Amino acid sequence: MTSLLEVEALHKNFGGGNSLFGARRALVRAVDGVSFNLVAGETLGLVGETGSGKSTLGRLVLRLIEPSGGQLRFEGCDVISASASELRAMRPRMQMVFQDPYGSLDPRMTAGQIIAEPMTTQGMSRHEARERVGALLSLVGLRAAMAGRYPQEFSGGQRQRIGIARAIALDPALVVLDEPVSALDVSVQAQILNLLAEIQARSSVSYLFIAHDLAVVRHVSNRVAVMYLGRIVEIAPREALYRTPRHPYTVSLLSAVPHADPVRERTRERIRPIGEIGSAAALPVGCRFHPRCPRARIIAARGGDTVAAAGTRLPVACVTKDPALTPSGGAQHLTACHFPEEH
Amino acid sequence: MTAMFELWNLTAAVPGEAGAVRLVEDVSLQVQTGETLAIVGESGSGKTVTFTSALGLLPKPGRVIAGQALLEGEDLLRLSLEELRRRRGARIGMVFQDPLTGLNPVFRIGDQIIEVLRAHLPISRAEARERAIALLARVQIPDPARRVDDYPHQFSGGMRQRVLIAMAIALGPRVLIADEPTTALDVTVQAQVLDLLTDLREADGMAMVLITHDLGVVARQADRVAVMYAGRVVETGTVDEVFRAPRHPYTISLFRSIPDMESPAGAKLAPISGAPPDPARRPAGCAFAPRCFAMREDAGCLRERPDLTADQHAVACHRAGLLEVAP
Repeated sequence: MTSLLEVEALHKNFGGGNSLFGARRALVRAVDGVSFNLVAGETLGLVGETGSGKSTLGRLVLRLIEPSGGQLRFEGCDVISASASELRAMRPRMQMVFQDPYGSLDPRMTAGQIIAEPMTTQGMSRHEARERVGALLSLVGLRAAMAGRYPQEFSGGQRQRIGIARAIALDPALVVLDEPVSALDVSVQAQILNLLAEIQARSSVSYLFIAHDLAVVRHVSNRVAVMYLGRIVEIAPREALYRTPRHPYTVSLLSAVPHADPVRERTRERIRPIGEIGSAAALPVGCRFHPRCPRARIIAARGGDTVAAAGTRLPVACVTKDPALTPSGGAQHLTACHFPEEH
Repeated sequence: MTAMFELWNLTAAVPGEAGAVRLVEDVSLQVQTGETLAIVGESGSGKTVTFTSALGLLPKPGRVIAGQALLEGEDLLRLSLEELRRRRGARIGMVFQDPLTGLNPVFRIGDQIIEVLRAHLPISRAEARERAIALLARVQIPDPARRVDDYPHQFSGGMRQRVLIAMAIALGPRVLIADEPTTALDVTVQAQVLDLLTDLREADGMAMVLITHDLGVVARQADRVAVMYAGRVVETGTVDEVFRAPRHPYTISLFRSIPDMESPAGAKLAPISGAPPDPARRPAGCAFAPRCFAMREDAGCLRERPDLTADQHAVACHRAGLLEVAP
């Protein structure tokens, strides 16, 4: 199957250099060498904690921010070297839905104007755009008569429907969804997730679905990538990732999610990383998870070559060598860990 | 056993164009020492307003129009503002969702804890500082003797929430009210903070109220749960009772609408249609009726507000006895 989107060694640094007063500014490697691809009709879930770089990655993929390095191909075209006019021609095919249904819609425009804007920008006549707006509103479960209302007259769930209608107005091949349901109440969240599934079933649009909620990501994704400090540390088909996670960070994340089942919650064993996510301005050498890794500590305790690090002794490899994403337990299941077979 | 903290028939309202708008109505809840009571509900269900009302913190022009809020038998709603302020500081600890807004960015962490201590206790600054360091150690801030002099921006979100917890327990409260304490935190940090709250509750024998929208957090953390909808408690019982056999159609629908980590992936979710009613325009009869799969006109759903039953696993639904549905 040919890829819709190919991302290779993508980087984004913020800061660096000197500030106005000559002080050295920290270089933040927000996205630090990320590669993956996406095929038509597929949903790739992207999970990670605050500071993992997942939202930055979402914006890079659409070139809403300029990458510091790497390759990006969309429908066979080089996105990074595209000129402003070439990029404008690609825009209708790649769209974004944001988290905040309150802040992402212009309060001075009606719902109809918001949805029509990308169409008229692309040269569609006002009359034609107006007709499409009616169809789009009913497609996302709103009434065509609501086109004249302003964003503040809608509920949070309805606003998110407007954001989705706008994103799909030009029949995109790729939609990046950045936490599209995390601001919504659970009953409304389910409505939006079902709507996204219906749209995908009808149009074979691909989704890059960015979220911190692991249950939601499991529900919507075909494959899932886990990010940690600017890198993908594990990527696999959904079932493989959730049933047999191989990276110790993924194991910890899954172990931390509380299930709506009191008996299970009381009896389950938890594997917890130590401390909190570090800073992308001061990346650890070797494996960037080693300061928090429970597995590295267990392996070191069993013997072998160890070295003093992070206030304890850890395997030499974890502290000195940056692990690459490599297949383990299946060609499609890639893990960036020196000990992916340990559990 | 008497409850540490009890609400009886609490009703709070704001003035509206067509008379008082009831934000919460007839809410009765009890929590015992050593117990965690979870309050679940969607935005606007009244879960936060219930407790801000009970503690005299409801922003004006809102006010409590009926009911009692008893702390060890003493009605907080009959106290003077000054007495109430002292009770809140000393006997009731509060932790809110956003660890950024709870701390003043221009003062050192330690000074903010010292201020809380010295406002209530006749102790010297040096003593208060020692206590502040001990409190930071209790909430597992590494290297507390040094970090006590840091500013809030030098702390991560999880550490700021620990500081707010330290301030909430500084005076040894009998009740700790935590409103979405982990919602702004990442999942691994959330797990750490929830464990900390459990440890503190057990060590200090506090009664805990945990306000949350996350059913997973309830299952993990709480002994009993009250489900709120449109300003009322619609179901309450032990966590086991409510999660094993939910009785209110709203509770049943909530469980069906969340993607579960165990259920077959990609299965269609069963959302609740529509949205909760505006408090100024709640329907006559049961407030959930317009969204309810079990609504029956001949059962009185559209005419009569159902009362919460008196059983241990209580429900406010005209149709509850007739429903045969697994979650």
